Amino acid sequence: MSVSPHDEGLDIPVAPTEIGTLERSLRSSREKGRKLLVPYITGGFGDDWLEIVRAVADAGADAIEIGIPFSDPVMDGPIIQEASELALSGGATPVTILDQLRTVDAGVPLAVMTYYNLVFRMGHERFAAALAQAGVSAAILPDLPLEEVGPWAVAADAHDVETVLLAAPTAPDERLPKVVARTRGFVYAVGLLGVTGERGSLASSSLVIAGRLKAITDKPVLVGVGISNAQQAVEISAVADGVVIGSALMRRVVEGEGPAGAAAFISEVRSALDAS
Amino acid sequence: MTLQDPSSSGRFGEFGGRFVPETLMPACLELEEAFRDAWADQSFRDELDALLADYAGRPSPLTECHRLSEELGVRVLLKREDLNHTGSHKINNVLGQALLAKRMGKSRLVAETGAGQHGVASATAAALMGMECKVFMGEVDMERQALNVFRMRLLGAEVVPVISGSRTLKDAVNEAMRDWVATVETTHYCLGSVMGPHPYPWMVREFHTVIGKEAREQCDKLLNGGIPDVVTACVGGGSNAIGIFSGFVDTDAELVGVEPAGGAAVGRGTPGVVHGMKSYLMQDEFGQVQEAHSISAGLDYPGVGPEHSYLSSIGRARYEQVTDAEVIDAFQLLSRTEGIIPALEPAHALAWVSRDRAKLAGRIVLLNLSGRGDKDVGQMMEILG
Repeated sequence: MSVSPHDEGLDIPVAPTEIGTLERSLRSSREKGRKLLVPYITGGFGDDWLEIVRAVADAGADAIEIGIPFSDPVMDGPIIQEASELALSGGATPVTILDQLRTVDAGVPLAVMTYYNLVFRMGHERFAAALAQAGVSAAILPDLPLEEVGPWAVAADAHDVETVLLAAPTAPDERLPKVVARTRGFVYAVGLLGVTGERGSLASSSLVIAGRLKAITDKPVLVGVGISNAQQAVEISAVADGVVIGSALMRRVVEGEGPAGAAAFISEVRSALDAS
Repeated sequence: MTLQDPSSSGRFGEFGGRFVPETLMPACLELEEAFRDAWADQSFRDELDALLADYAGRPSPLTECHRLSEELGVRVLLKREDLNHTGSHKINNVLGQALLAKRMGKSRLVAETGAGQHGVASATAAALMGMECKVFMGEVDMERQALNVFRMRLLGAEVVPVISGSRTLKDAVNEAMRDWVATVETTHYCLGSVMGPHPYPWMVREFHTVIGKEAREQCDKLLNGGIPDVVTACVGGGSNAIGIFSGFVDTDAELVGVEPAGGAAVGRGTPGVVHGMKSYLMQDEFGQVQEAHSISAGLDYPGVGPEHSYLSSIGRARYEQVTDAEVIDAFQLLSRTEGIIPALEPAHALAWVSRDRAKLAGRIVLLNLSGRGDKDVGQMMEILG
């Protein structure tokens, strides 16, 4: 059987040993005994999205994930799909969102969450440079698994943009160490089999994946996907270093609760984590 | 040359790859291993061949179109995939994947469908093998292909309307992938074209090479050892085209894929990444995927299988575009001259032959008639009044 020679996807550069801004900040909070809380906000959703960013920062976020909406978000459930569609129809683009982010000093590190095609289209180098210029510390690209991360990681590493990799419950034991070795910022543990969205109770798979990761790494382990309220955040943080909360926050934003409502929810989760 | 196997990272040249959520990566790796193992196993091949013959009705005939040829001044041969069980070439792939899914111990199939032909084929294979089947279909497509929706339900499948985005094939793929992310432990994603993450573009191609293999032998016999001058097929994702191209890629035959003007990923797209693959894609300047617009639900897709992007980039195949109006004419032309009502999808290939008949005068054109038009009669009745 003949095999075509060109194979750009195979080379995965070793992650720099130097710890980036996001990871340093998360480690420092963790050392103080604090559980980590990273809210997600869809960039460009509504006129007041930057105020929401500031509000959740003030309410106790340790870092903030900013979604750059994509037309076909396959890892996202109904709430983030809706927020993405509305943001796109309101004219949001990677350029407008990064331009606006540059004007914000949230006081905590920012990570961008988007899908790979937007990065590929702009070009790895340009996208990494644009993130750095906008003051963004990290990037989360849920459709760019370890095997494909190479070309992007080269550009991101060069601009000190930390590429956060996801670790899923489906990963066999031999795969997790490779993910953990390449991730920067933190390890994004996928809490359950499924897309983002609120769930009635904490999936047992989230405790399992958090435990598997904590056993093999000193990097911060944050669990996302399906973390829906303060109680679930507390429950999972008994094992993990903290949580990413997306849909539960964005539902409140989509329902029009505004910066005050977003801040109230994040404060509630913060207090529960601090009391735990 | 023959069609190459993709590289270890699933690439045809620069195209292809595995751009999937981490949750699905182990499943893609497992599927690749299972397929390699099965494809090298004679007993698997024998079982599939037996199903293709005794259940799907292969080999499909090659029909020489005497009256059409006279009217066009082009000698047209049709590979009759429309005569397969379930009415299209889709059954070749689905029987292969369903057998493989069983071999992997999966009890459930999830599929996307545009025109409904892949959905019907998936529902059929699931019924045959006693598996559960869930099919995602855009709401717009459910309306224009209501008969196929009924067929799938009759066959025991659950059909789920997709109401996100353009409510057509692109969004059905998104929903099928979201379902697979949640159910990957018990479920096989029975993808319907030579697209998606590795190993799908390669695996689905391999299941369709039977089309090209048969057609090559049939042409050899009909043309006394000759080959057609042109081999043509419609291209949405591109599975029927790659199937027939595979039999002629090592010959001098010109390979021509025909895309709808409103969904011409190769013709009008730029390299992009969606649905797990890097390929040509209709997208805006920021990389947002554009909605396709085609009379044919089966080709109403802004992307294309990565191997087509590769064949185009190296110049081994070329890709033409036809309009909905030209397709409507071709649909009637074949019905009238040959007594064969084609599906709207392969009518695209015929529309190109008809439009370019002066350039093709006197030449032999092999056209893959990938499906029959029964499903489109209602829609055409409205259009033609």
